[in-house]
Amino acid sequence: MTIALSQFEEVRLDRVSRDFGTLNALRDISLTIRRREFIALLGPSGCGKSTTLNCIAGLLPVTGGAIWLDKHRVDTLRPEERGFGMVFQNYALFPHLNVRQNIGFGLKMRGTLKAEMDRKVDEALSLVRLQGQEHKLPGQLSGGQQQRVAIARAIVIEPPLVLMDEPLSNLDAKLRLEMRAEIRRIHNELGATTIYVTHDQDEALSLADRIVVLRDGVIRQVGTPKELYEQPAHLDVADFMGFRNKLKGRVLSSTNDRAVIDVNGAQIHGIAREKLSSGSSAYAAIRPDDLVVGEPGPNSLAVTVDTIEYRGREFVGTAHSHGGHDFVFRSHVSVEPGSQIHLHAGDERILVFAEPIQGRA
Amino acid sequence: MIRDTTIGSKLWAAAVWTVVGFFVVNLLAMIATVVTSSFATRWLGTWLPIGWTTRWYSSAWSEFQLGDVLLVTFQVVGAVVLISGVLGVTAAYALARRDFAGKRLLVLLFLLPLLIPPITFGIPLATVLYRTGLAGTFWGVVAANLVPTVPFVILVMIPFIEQIDPKIEAAARVFGANTFKLFIHVLLPLLLPGILAALLLVLVRTIAMFELTFLVAGPTSQTLVVALYYAVFAAGVRAVQSIDAMAVVYMVTTLIWLIIALRFVNPTQIVTRAKQQPAH
Amino acid sequence: MDALAPTPTILEGPSLRQRLAAYGFDAVTLLVVPAAIFSLLLFVYPFAFGFILSFEPKAGGDWLANYKRFFSDPFLYETIGKTLGLAVPVTLLNLLIAVPIAFRVRLMRRQRLLTTILVLPITLGTVLVAEGLLNYLGPQGWFNRTLMTFGLISQPLKLVHNYWGVFASLVITGFPFTFLLTLSYVTGIDPALEQAAATLGASAWQRFRHIYLPLLMPGFAITFCLSFVQAFSVFPSAVLLGEPAGLTRVISIAAYQAAFEEYDYPMASAVAMIMGFVQLAIVVAVLASRGLFYRGPASGAKG
Repeated sequence: MTIALSQFEEVRLDRVSRDFGTLNALRDISLTIRRREFIALLGPSGCGKSTTLNCIAGLLPVTGGAIWLDKHRVDTLRPEERGFGMVFQNYALFPHLNVRQNIGFGLKMRGTLKAEMDRKVDEALSLVRLQGQEHKLPGQLSGGQQQRVAIARAIVIEPPLVLMDEPLSNLDAKLRLEMRAEIRRIHNELGATTIYVTHDQDEALSLADRIVVLRDGVIRQVGTPKELYEQPAHLDVADFMGFRNKLKGRVLSSTNDRAVIDVNGAQIHGIAREKLSSGSSAYAAIRPDDLVVGEPGPNSLAVTVDTIEYRGREFVGTAHSHGGHDFVFRSHVSVEPGSQIHLHAGDERILVFAEPIQGRA
Repeated sequence: MIRDTTIGSKLWAAAVWTVVGFFVVNLLAMIATVVTSSFATRWLGTWLPIGWTTRWYSSAWSEFQLGDVLLVTFQVVGAVVLISGVLGVTAAYALARRDFAGKRLLVLLFLLPLLIPPITFGIPLATVLYRTGLAGTFWGVVAANLVPTVPFVILVMIPFIEQIDPKIEAAARVFGANTFKLFIHVLLPLLLPGILAALLLVLVRTIAMFELTFLVAGPTSQTLVVALYYAVFAAGVRAVQSIDAMAVVYMVTTLIWLIIALRFVNPTQIVTRAKQQPAH
Repeated sequence: MDALAPTPTILEGPSLRQRLAAYGFDAVTLLVVPAAIFSLLLFVYPFAFGFILSFEPKAGGDWLANYKRFFSDPFLYETIGKTLGLAVPVTLLNLLIAVPIAFRVRLMRRQRLLTTILVLPITLGTVLVAEGLLNYLGPQGWFNRTLMTFGLISQPLKLVHNYWGVFASLVITGFPFTFLLTLSYVTGIDPALEQAAATLGASAWQRFRHIYLPLLMPGFAITFCLSFVQAFSVFPSAVLLGEPAGLTRVISIAAYQAAFEEYDYPMASAVAMIMGFVQLAIVVAVLASRGLFYRGPASGAKG
């Protein structure tokens, strides 16, 4: 493989901010990305993840802070001077250039010699498995093929950093899984340092070495997929990680990492993820998988079943409690809509969070 | 689409097509009259001329100095096309790509010369050009003709530029293209069809633009359509057939460019200014 | 995760360039400047100049003298009525014919031949149409000749050098314009709406009345305005095909004569301002009556 990695140690974002407007603003984003790392920026739309990426690419100016590539400050450079590779959301292939010309565009701009350019483009073509398609125009390619061209175009210039802006969001579900594996494979082969923007936690969990969760232009949590999945730091991160049941209650007691809260008269024991003070509002967060249909007892709530859907290996149900909470649960047995059941979760499966500050929920 | 097959709707359709047919027949007959007359030796009180000749063309050519007039026409048109292309495309790019304070006002400003008939703004414009001494000169005619063509190019090009994904330009930047390379390698090839269409329409419109040229042209700077007007206005001085020959020369000049333009644009665009994208 | 390692960055506020960029002003925006200057010099300035000039009568007198003269001299003020007398019926006729034809043509798969033929008179322009009609509608022309052959008339109709000659020329150039505009509005409406109405039991007339008409009304209003403004500024055909000293002495002839025969530019400007004002008044009245005053001009130009 001669598509090589640029020699550098780290990319550092130092308190990067963007103040304009209320939407897409960034506040003090600090992050260090090491060579060969695959970082996912995860968050709901409008959280600033694409803005961050565009700031790194130089397509949007930052209004505060700096971006460093080792000892070189890059945020003051124009996009064409930064030398990063980028895969755009809808690929942004040049419609008037064929596959080969699209991939070779960056090399041509750098004045690469013809022979070397041909060799590198050939390699990139084989890396993304597009040999034989090279003289087609983007309009003649399928979505997945366009995606491959976009990736090849970004990596053929051997950039220190590859930026990917929701690259799979335009593909159908099946192709999305396929291309996810492709991106993983290419990253394994090349080890190109990558920042990958997505709103899909499955993508982030399966691809990234580390995940950065953003919300309202602020970093909420950074960690490995396992850390985020098992130990979300805030309620909104937990929400993103699949804790769909959120029960509001009042803190009865909390010690170190344990808490007991009162939810409409029922006592719920769980793991405290944030500092809690007795008497204050708090939320118990539970994944649907962790709710089991059981008997009345501790950590158990009486609910009325609303709907039940068959999902192959199991049933997925929705229910509500008399306290007005809605539940999503999974079950191996079917239950009748309208029937009264008890939902139960283990202490270790319940995370307790402080009530989010207004506007930061 | 729903087609009715009742008697009433068939009658209605027949009536509609009759009106269309009547219009088209009269239109074509009117044009045929001009062409027939230009080849007629003598044509009075009969269906068709007594004999056929081409001599009116040579006499019109010398009588009306058509060589000079055509040269001026093409010089004026060429200058108008080039200048309105440069001014119009750059302005359209800015308007399509940026939102800035006062943009709506500016668009309205560019819209007005297309909505207001040339004779209305042509009289004050001619007054100013006479005061500055530009009227009667070649550049005075070019300047007057640019007033509607620059906005025309802008309004045709704005939607065309808007449909090019700005991400494509961002991609070119990220992959190392500076402003010049971006223009040469990406923008120009993508915009070329639109520019070509806009400029061909400008060309056809400028050849046929009577009012503005008429108001500011001098004897050495008049275009073919103005020369034709003066010839018809002074009918009786010259033979009718000679004027008709000149009219045919004018028609051919216009229609050649119209046919070329129609290879790139839909006829409705000549009136409705680029609204041919699929509905959003 | 970086634990906010101390860095040598100086955090500075946004530069002027960045702040301007936030409001959309950057190098790209500046590309609009040449065209804007051009438009100010050759469109706005002459209009303003003409407007002011119209209040500085050549023959002296108070500042309104030109306007007073216009509205006291029947030879001048009657031009408004004569122009309206041509423009309004022609525009209405064109629109009334254009609408049913547009609905019919919309069904055609190959509209291009028809639209190409119709675009001919627009491209050829009023001068050529006037020249062609002079002969075609003349007493010896094919039109009268055909009518007499069919025995519809015994004497040739007088169709040139009067009101009807100008009327005919305005139909020949105006109808295609009106029609193509109407067609672009009619084809812009999703056919699924009509199909939906049909499945709900609406007849052809009801579909037109309750679905198309309300949706097309704004488009028709704009089409009327654009066609009217064109017809109102009729000039060459009024001279060549009409009676420029009598029945078809339209307002643009009055303006032209003031400027180029009397060399009274202030008076010519005053006539041009009156012409512009009447056009504006009719356009505003039409658009306002549809509650369209603000939307009208913008969507009108886009077609």
